[in-house]
Amino acid sequence: MQQLIGELMRTYDLAQSPLRELNETLHRQTDGSNEAQWEILNPRGGHAIAVGLDAPINVDVRGSVGYYCAGMNKKATVTVHGSAGPGVAENMMSGRVVIKGDASQYAGATGRGGLLVIEGNASSRCGISMKGIDIVVKGNIGHMSAFMAQSGHLVVLGDAGDALGDSIYEAKLFVRGKVKSLGADCIEKEMRPEHQEALTNLLKNAGIKDAKASEFRRYGSARKLYNFNIDNADAY
Amino acid sequence: MSPKIPLTTPRPSATFDDYTLSEIRRAASTGIYDIRGGGAKRRVPHFDDLLFLGASVSRYPLEGYRERCSTSVTLGTRFAKKPIELKIPITIAGMSFGALSANAKEALGRGASIAGTSTTTGDGGMTPEERGQSKTLVYQYLPSRYGMNPDDLRKADAIEVVVGQGAKPGGGGMLLGQKISDRVAEMRNLPKGIDQRSACRHPDWTGPDDLEIKILEIREITDWQKPIYVKVGGTRPYYDIALAVKAGADVIVLDGMQGGTAATQEVFIENVGLPTLACIRPAVQALQDLGMHRKVQLIVSGGIRNGADVAKALALGADAVAIGMAALVALGDNDPALDAEYAKLGTKAGCYDDWHEGRDPAGITTQDPELSKRLDPVRAGRRLANYLKVMTLEVQTIARAAGHNNIHNLEPEDLCALTLEAAAMARVPLAGTSWIPGVNGSGGL
Ligand SMILES: Cc1cc2nc3c(=O)[nH]c(=O)nc-3n(C[C@H](O)[C@H](O)[C@H](O)COP(=O)(O)O)c2cc1C
Repeated sequence: MQQLIGELMRTYDLAQSPLRELNETLHRQTDGSNEAQWEILNPRGGHAIAVGLDAPINVDVRGSVGYYCAGMNKKATVTVHGSAGPGVAENMMSGRVVIKGDASQYAGATGRGGLLVIEGNASSRCGISMKGIDIVVKGNIGHMSAFMAQSGHLVVLGDAGDALGDSIYEAKLFVRGKVKSLGADCIEKEMRPEHQEALTNLLKNAGIKDAKASEFRRYGSARKLYNFNIDNADAY
Repeated sequence: MSPKIPLTTPRPSATFDDYTLSEIRRAASTGIYDIRGGGAKRRVPHFDDLLFLGASVSRYPLEGYRERCSTSVTLGTRFAKKPIELKIPITIAGMSFGALSANAKEALGRGASIAGTSTTTGDGGMTPEERGQSKTLVYQYLPSRYGMNPDDLRKADAIEVVVGQGAKPGGGGMLLGQKISDRVAEMRNLPKGIDQRSACRHPDWTGPDDLEIKILEIREITDWQKPIYVKVGGTRPYYDIALAVKAGADVIVLDGMQGGTAATQEVFIENVGLPTLACIRPAVQALQDLGMHRKVQLIVSGGIRNGADVAKALALGADAVAIGMAALVALGDNDPALDAEYAKLGTKAGCYDDWHEGRDPAGITTQDPELSKRLDPVRAGRRLANYLKVMTLEVQTIARAAGHNNIHNLEPEDLCALTLEAAAMARVPLAGTSWIPGVNGSGGL
């Protein structure tokens, strides 16, 4: 059941009401919505919570979520006060998703826009096939992250696992810590002033004050696998 | 003078035939595998190996054109609030914008809409041309997620989660640099002119348990309105279909190895996957074993060419079929009128399959603006509608002859097989016997 708390905050308890009703209610919110603050209680690791949102509302999820929380998000700000299961903010278009805890595999997969901030660590395949999203991870990321990443930025304050940026296209990766290994066609690249500037902005937008752009290294595509060449066959 | 020794006639090898030899020479000179469009070209057991029995004393036929024989079908009745109603059970398969020109996509939408059926997007996203011209549009959800977005998801009438394709089960996609125009590049968020590889697995799920959660997410995003299809290539149909049902599919699309592709390795097309004929009965068996036959609808594709093929697929238990290459031929692909131009490309009408090179003289599998202009979407759409109409009449003709007032009442008992292989695969008796290899041991009546 939804109840009015204070003036604008609406609370939705998933222990008492079904997921379908929650998502349908959130989908009814529009650009001019005066119900801009939402709180979701008892997510209990449930899947597909707050997916397909399309309005500039704030949603606070009090607890940990399962798969695909905030999937395909547009315009909304979703904050998970807990950890997130696989595919958080997958295919996000715009808006902002913040995970206070850790995120499982495929965080931000195929995201096209908006900002995903993971305050803990992210597991393997973070930013897989990303297509324009910005992802900032305060902790470490797992193996095969940014696989086939097409565009957007992945910023990692901690370390990156094996095969970072395998088969990467035009996405830009910034890592402050160690990179265990780079994937096929991913190389370290020069940090030019425009990259410093973009990174500084990303850190600022993510609310990170204790890291400077100059502490990061940049990785991206060597662009050697862009057109098939038999002499590169070992790399495929 | 010694007698002249008679020469034996030059004898080509059945194993090293002309095609095989030419492929070895091609591989040796280029160092890269052959990529092409289309489906398996080798002969495999197919619908041609089945015959309808027709009505006689034991069953009576219906009068052609007078007694009604309905063709409509409803897809997505299991969970979706808005199932899809089609006038005919012949749908247009997913073919990507990128592989096909915008005009070709528009023509498919027009033809399908006139005929009262659906068309499907493909790897590369939804174009306004096809949404605008398609009364019923199925939106594919593919591993690459090129062009995927929630707005188009909501604009779609159904969503098809593509796990695989018959031409390349277990394989990803490929759109070579030559075909990446500005518009295609932009829709796919990639630079122009580079080879675009589409992944073979989805980026954010693997296996049947994840698929169930993925389907849940798509349903939640679309408020449980739209049917969700799952498309698989023919490999292990019994288990794949059972798992897709368990994962919550409303509709299953099952594509056999003759199914077309825009561009795949020749070795893959010809050597991986099951013939369409071999896929249908195990799939139907899985649905029946789960009590879901006719509740989860089955769409079969891969080498469907005419009303007889459609009727046979329906008789074996499918609810509908999908066509890819046949629809392109109806639009004007591989037309003998273009033979001179095919000759310049080193091929001939009927054989042209280098669709990935983007030089299609018919203006269908190209992004070249000049070539694309050759295809008039209105005229080509009309041709497709005519062809769909003919196929439908053909199915009705057969159904009436078999004594059915609804084409969906066609059943395996209406069929017999011309070969042992087809009898075993389709699980219908060898013609003139009651022998179904693998089902019963008797060669008697
Ligand atoms: C030019 C072309 C492009 C295709 N693109 C896709 C695609 O993007 N996604 C997909 O699932 N299948 C694609 N397919 C396969 C079709 O959806 C369908 O499975 C197949 O064409 C059916 O077999 P048929 O061509 O023998 O009718 C494509 C096929 C062709 C011929």
